[in-house]
Amino acid sequence: MIFTIAARELKALFLSPLAWSILAVVQFLLAYLFLAQIDTYMMFAPRLAGMEDAPGVTDIVVMPLLGNAAVILLLVAPLITMRVLSEERRNRTLSLLMSAPVSMTEIVLGKYLGILVFFMVMLGLLALMALSLLAGTDLDLGKVASGLLGLALLVGAFSAAGLYMSSLTEQPTIAAVSSFGLLPLLWIINWAGGSGAAAVSGLFSYLSLVGHYESLLKGLFNSTDVVYYLLFILTFLVLSIQSLDANRLPH
Amino acid sequence: MDKEFLVDAQHLYRYYGPTCAVQDVSFQLAKGDVLGFLGPNGAGKSSTMQMLTGNLAPSAGKIRVRGIDLLDEPKRAKRELGYLPEQPPLYREHSVDEFLSYCGRLHLVPKNRLRQALDSAKERCGLGAVGKRLIGNLSKGYQQRVGIAQAILHNPAVVILDEPTVGLDPIQIREIRHLIRELGNDHGIILSTHILPEVQGVCNRVQIINQGRLVFADSMSGLEQHLHSQHLIIRLRQIPSIDELTQVPGIVAAEALDTGHFRLRYEGTNPASAVAEIAVARGWGLEELVPERRTLEQIFVELTMQDHVPQDTANGEAA
Repeated sequence: MIFTIAARELKALFLSPLAWSILAVVQFLLAYLFLAQIDTYMMFAPRLAGMEDAPGVTDIVVMPLLGNAAVILLLVAPLITMRVLSEERRNRTLSLLMSAPVSMTEIVLGKYLGILVFFMVMLGLLALMALSLLAGTDLDLGKVASGLLGLALLVGAFSAAGLYMSSLTEQPTIAAVSSFGLLPLLWIINWAGGSGAAAVSGLFSYLSLVGHYESLLKGLFNSTDVVYYLLFILTFLVLSIQSLDANRLPH
Repeated sequence: MDKEFLVDAQHLYRYYGPTCAVQDVSFQLAKGDVLGFLGPNGAGKSSTMQMLTGNLAPSAGKIRVRGIDLLDEPKRAKRELGYLPEQPPLYREHSVDEFLSYCGRLHLVPKNRLRQALDSAKERCGLGAVGKRLIGNLSKGYQQRVGIAQAILHNPAVVILDEPTVGLDPIQIREIRHLIRELGNDHGIILSTHILPEVQGVCNRVQIINQGRLVFADSMSGLEQHLHSQHLIIRLRQIPSIDELTQVPGIVAAEALDTGHFRLRYEGTNPASAVAEIAVARGWGLEELVPERRTLEQIFVELTMQDHVPQDTANGEAA
């Protein structure tokens, strides 16, 4: 049942010009960033050759690419997630799901899976771009894998938060605007609180989306970071289920 | 008498904040019933239907579908339901076939029977020719049909249709009414509508809801009794006095409506023949003699507008 809903969601995404244009624009930006990083590497290559323990092509090209991709996805994710539930409410199609033998959890998970698969397509294209370097050089594949895992978890978190925002309103634009508010806030939340008590600053830096991604980008696979993202996703999925259910209940 | 009801709603209440949209509504639906649900705008029709289909949770009360509690076991109960909301829930970007097969899968129609279910629903709703077209490009009437097809696709025991003939042309309305009657043979149907003749045409039970309360619930034959008022309308060329009219056996009261028209109230059996004989014998010049029938509309208006006594409109129409 979850897969039926996810498949329709994905199909609907690809039937709309929005998804295609987002894929195209993101791909273009990432390709340009990739090119710029390779250019930088070519500039430093002669000097790096003389250095001992020099950073390799993975560190100079792939990892910055993944880091920049995270920022681009932060901007793009709300555009994909905004319509997922709000449009169903607006077009009154939600009652189709509500009167079908499907639970709220299945609806939310199906929707979530649909957007996740879309983003995985996007990440797949990005991964291919990075792996194309294998044609001419060696890559630290473990590091690349850790970076891609981090990016996948990050996008999963963006999607879950966006889905929740979409469940709150009938207006896709409002869902997008609130996600645009929430995601960057969670991104930079560790910027403040540094002067306060250690507990507060610790909490803020734990909550920050970016901190955990940075350590994965360095190739440090720490289960704390993975658990952070999983908890983040779970929280927003549960909130979405609750908010969908609240539509039905008297209040 | 242990006949199982398809739908058994007990004491339903629904509050929106402090406003009570549905108050103490109870009814049953048996197999073969086509229940017409009437009420003015905002009376609670749609809220009741949304509660029956699990789109709204009742503030209090119980709903059982084929004996399965909708609130305790929503997934099992919803398999037996087909619902067309006021606004058909259609994904405009899909083709009719894509959309209906998605609905079939949502309602757990087995894969090997999906094709067949799709074809029969399309055929029943007259959608055969538009399967490949995008729903967004269809006319309002066709979209409505897709909505109905979606509700009957999985062959549910109970079909709930909220204003199914809105936006259809007269021929389509006839087809849809025919379809509803046909479905009524082996399903239970609840139908809400504003079109009163539609109820008289297709339903065998009627319920009128006003301000959240059921104010009338009866079978169609019971309704006939209500429609039958104990009045005769006559028109005479020679105008007799009221006293002369009340002397006719069986007539208990008479009133003059306009020149030549009288309204006679009787008790017991219809005294039309006696009235005719006396009119002829006394040379009143009988021109018209009709039993006055109230229309469903009058009952509806009486029940839903208690402040206004609709006596005058009734007379005006009869005259």
